[in-house]
Amino acid sequence: MSLLPTRRRRRRAAEDRTERSHDDAPVAAPARPPIVELRDATVVYHGGHVALERVSFGIERGEFVFVVGPTGCGKSTLIRTLIGEVPASSGQVLIAGHDVDRLPKRRIPHLRRRIGTVFQDFKLLPNRTVYDNVAYTLKVTGAGRGDIRRKVPEILRLVGLQGKVHNYPDQLSGGEQQRVAIARAFVNHPPLLLADEPTGNLDPETAIGIMQLLYRINRTGTTLLVVTHNREMVDKMRRRVLALDEGRLVRDQVTATYDEESTSEFGVRVRAEMGVREGHTNGEAAVSPPPRS
Amino acid sequence: MGRIFFFIAEAFRALRRSASPSLAAIVTVVMTTLLLGVFIPVIKASSTTTQNVQSQLALYVYMFPDSTTKQAKAAQKEINKIPHVERTDFVSKQEGLKQLRAEVGKGAIGQGITQLHGKNPLPLAVVVHPDNANNLRSIQNAIVPPGPNGKPKPISPAIEEVNNGQKAADTIRTVTNAVKIILSVIAVLLLIISLMLIANTIRLSIYARRREVEVMRLVGATNWFIRWPFVIEGLIVGLAGAGIAVAMLWVGKVTIIDPLSQNFALIDNFSTVGFVPLIIVLLGASVVVSMIGSGIVLRRFLRI
Repeated sequence: MSLLPTRRRRRRAAEDRTERSHDDAPVAAPARPPIVELRDATVVYHGGHVALERVSFGIERGEFVFVVGPTGCGKSTLIRTLIGEVPASSGQVLIAGHDVDRLPKRRIPHLRRRIGTVFQDFKLLPNRTVYDNVAYTLKVTGAGRGDIRRKVPEILRLVGLQGKVHNYPDQLSGGEQQRVAIARAFVNHPPLLLADEPTGNLDPETAIGIMQLLYRINRTGTTLLVVTHNREMVDKMRRRVLALDEGRLVRDQVTATYDEESTSEFGVRVRAEMGVREGHTNGEAAVSPPPRS
Repeated sequence: MGRIFFFIAEAFRALRRSASPSLAAIVTVVMTTLLLGVFIPVIKASSTTTQNVQSQLALYVYMFPDSTTKQAKAAQKEINKIPHVERTDFVSKQEGLKQLRAEVGKGAIGQGITQLHGKNPLPLAVVVHPDNANNLRSIQNAIVPPGPNGKPKPISPAIEEVNNGQKAADTIRTVTNAVKIILSVIAVLLLIISLMLIANTIRLSIYARRREVEVMRLVGATNWFIRWPFVIEGLIVGLAGAGIAVAMLWVGKVTIIDPLSQNFALIDNFSTVGFVPLIIVLLGASVVVSMIGSGIVLRRFLRI
């Protein structure tokens, strides 16, 4: 599943979709299956609540996709379905061409290792330091000690928490906790990263910082699926948006064609558009300019 | 290798965090193992005794002290005619004394016997072995049938008394059976309690570590990776308890049982279980119990 998409492929994926939305002409199937694909997926919880209803969409490798919608529209269910926690009642949920519901139960952990997930409530371990929280993921997936010693400081540098390695989660701000959660999800460099409300409860500046971090991760080739109800942020990001309402997919569009920006250009633009002044960091470590990719 | 250390470290971490329930479980395991360590030899010894008594079931026909050997032999001949008598043994005064010496050993009673100064107060006797232990009573009735006036009238005037071992055997059997049942019930109850307390410790541990378990699950730890620390935690509780109990049993054996068995033929004579097999059984039982305890809980409470 490892992949490093080129800008061209990403743009082509965007063009494919615009074409499809213009006329329903069939396009040639891509050589590799989409990294995420839902085919008429329906999720019904015990008690009959329909969380997702006949949802179909595909996400190509390297895309940055937002899922928006009001509370209870099925956004979180979508994430739980993708990681094999909630089975689809009908239809198919495919990750890189593999049907999640048909995977043998013992393969589910291996699927989850290839998908980084940032949870809405972070799910950090309160009695472990930032370092240990991130290292824990590697430990429980069987990584060696040398691997852990190399990867953890690296990822903490990437998310800008190198100075808080020995702090405990309750000594961190909301934004910093979110960064730990992102570091933990991304430490294995999964090809797919899911984020549930990564900017929820964060002030605009901190939220932009987090988005900048996700943007940067996306630029390394990781496919991102971000669930949010922060409409303003979504509009400024100018990425593909899937809108869910009462479990149904009601919109699938690219808000605007977008150009390639560096992470810092992205940050500057979004800050300017949202009227947020840089410098108000709220204890956040500023994201350093990215290495030229 | 790194994994095993991780599991053990996690298990100890959990034990430290829920110290008091862990301690309660360990203490219960100590008590259970200790009691089992005492019960098993006792049960073993009591059943051996019963077997001895059963094999010794015979009628002891004692003659009057002044009866002669000739009279006694005549009585033996009469007894031999009774149906179901397999064989009879004549016990002379000297033989009786010899048997008595062998039975009492070299203790205080043995010392007393040597001070008889050549006198032998023992009567002549005939030991009657039945073909089947169930026929003892009918043989006894034949030797001492009830006379016309209701008083028992032995078949030979030389016979003074017939000692029936059955009564003693029955009493011993009843007592040992009762002891066996009571001890077994207590042992089983204690085993169940230990099992439940170990299970409870693991359950609390799962509850205390539910966040860890959830995170492990979501980041893709395999099911057994999640389970192992709990299994090891149960094993540590079981083995720690059993280890302490075995140490206590060993101390008890060295300081109490060993000195006693030198003075009391009773303790020494019982054929019981050896100490090493006993330890192996106890440790094995504790491992099994703790495995079952954690297994039950993991099955019920650790939804992965």
